[in-house]
Amino acid sequence: MRNAFVAELTALAESGAPVVLLSGDIGNRMFDDFKARFPDQFYNCGVAEANMMSVAAGMALCGLRPITYTIAPFTTTRCLEQIRVDVCYHNLPVIIAGVGGGLSYAANGPTHQSCEDLALLRVLPNMTVVAPGDPVEARLALRAAAQQPGPVYLRLGKKGEPTVHAAPPEFALGRALVVRPGEDVCLLAAGNVLPLALEAAAVLAEAGVSTQVVSFHTVKPLDEALLAAAFARFRLVATVEEHSVLGGLGGSVAEWRADQDRPGARLLRVGTGDYFLPEAGDQAYLRERYGLTPASIAERVRRRLAGETS
Amino acid sequence: MKHDLSELTALSRRIRSRLVQMSHAAGAPHLASALSCVDLLVAAYWEALRIDPRRPDDLARDRLLFSKGHAATALYAALAYRGFFPAELLDHYAEPGGCLPEHPGAACAPGVEIASGSLGHGLSLGLGMALAGRIQGRDYRVFVIMSDGECNEGSVWEAAMMAPAQGLDNLVAIVDYNKWQATGRSNEVLALAPLREKWEAFGWSAAEVDGHDLAALAAALERVPDGSGRPVALIAHTVKGRGVSFMEDDNNWHYRVPNAEEVARAQAELGPV
Repeated sequence: MRNAFVAELTALAESGAPVVLLSGDIGNRMFDDFKARFPDQFYNCGVAEANMMSVAAGMALCGLRPITYTIAPFTTTRCLEQIRVDVCYHNLPVIIAGVGGGLSYAANGPTHQSCEDLALLRVLPNMTVVAPGDPVEARLALRAAAQQPGPVYLRLGKKGEPTVHAAPPEFALGRALVVRPGEDVCLLAAGNVLPLALEAAAVLAEAGVSTQVVSFHTVKPLDEALLAAAFARFRLVATVEEHSVLGGLGGSVAEWRADQDRPGARLLRVGTGDYFLPEAGDQAYLRERYGLTPASIAERVRRRLAGETS
Repeated sequence: MKHDLSELTALSRRIRSRLVQMSHAAGAPHLASALSCVDLLVAAYWEALRIDPRRPDDLARDRLLFSKGHAATALYAALAYRGFFPAELLDHYAEPGGCLPEHPGAACAPGVEIASGSLGHGLSLGLGMALAGRIQGRDYRVFVIMSDGECNEGSVWEAAMMAPAQGLDNLVAIVDYNKWQATGRSNEVLALAPLREKWEAFGWSAAEVDGHDLAALAAALERVPDGSGRPVALIAHTVKGRGVSFMEDDNNWHYRVPNAEEVARAQAELGPV
């Protein structure tokens, strides 16, 4: 997703958009070409994220389109106050790009993991929260974010994620994308777990459970039309995310469902638990520990379906 | 100077008188903090800033960011007297549903550049604006009025390190150094002093000035950019509660609201609004 981000950033600058990339001393070499071609549109703000976020707001107040870029926790929780007061209160078109979302940088430990960012940013007024499911969506999401009148949090993974979309889909913020059809269960995936959700659907198919998979890339605002249709039609709706089960996509959908007169399908929330895992381990290891594997997801879905019929 | 010094001195007194009235009418605190920075605002708005109150959104305008939002009455009164909006609006300060809240809101009234209230934001916002000016080829200047207590915030020093790195000579930090913060002496709560030397060490063109000497303030502010290629820090020595004898340097007036009798006594000293 990182390379897709830089490619789209470059395309935006080429088109004459007044984008300015503010880096929190990260992206070694990755921005070399961009810096060389657009020297007035790249600033290394150092390891000083609070200042960087307010600098972005000041630029946006003058008509520029700043994009802050650093590791997800450092551009979100580290400077949440600046996001809230300077970016959201003024309702400014600042794009906050967090790389290494969820467990992408698992091996670096909980300091570099980001399993609370969706929850914290979505409660801020005016904020749009987007977690693209693959590199194609990452490009389209950045392009769409650059057209927004207000702030957008763009939660990116790392590099080398599998491409899910063979061709660019028709993309709009707030409109989820069905990537696999199904009849019994609907998996809503936010962010880099989209391939994981597809693998879980394949496991379920072998067990005779037909599973729809949706790239629910925009966590705020919710695609309420899709949710209403899904809860009316399926036996079970499950959210999947590399994020705490509290407050992210699962939390959002649970809140939405609580307000419905006829909630319809049951809801299963799959995500990281409400605890840190301090031991060493890569993304695959941590996914295993948090139950974010195709087999584990399929098993939980099967159990919930069984509970429904027993 | 563009204006007669006695004219500006009289203006400062009128604004201070108005601030006392506003605090009393609204029951709102931070009067002493507002009184402290009146002369900084007068020197900036009447002498230094290239602005047209009829065109508050002019892209080429100088910007004044009022970062010590708790002293909002001083900003509101200065803007009103400078012609950004009718002075009658000041009578509705802090009224429910009104456009002049206790801390400046986002786009709350003409001339208010930023929402403030949470300290330590203004300098970074100003840095972003100063950098935007350079990117866009505009030669405006950005003046940020901060409190000394505000310099407790780490974000101030993040901005203090970045502005010289970018050579932003169009950025000015004005510190209202009245030696008090909410609950104690600002040189004791944290190790603030030596303040000018701190800004200098961070790479700023720093100077100290009597924050109630309108001529000296005007001269210092008009000099920006000062030719050094560096951002300018003006450490303005002020007196909290300035202008009212029984409030000067008495930190009780950080929170205390004057009663009717105290308003009368204060206005006897300051004159009419």
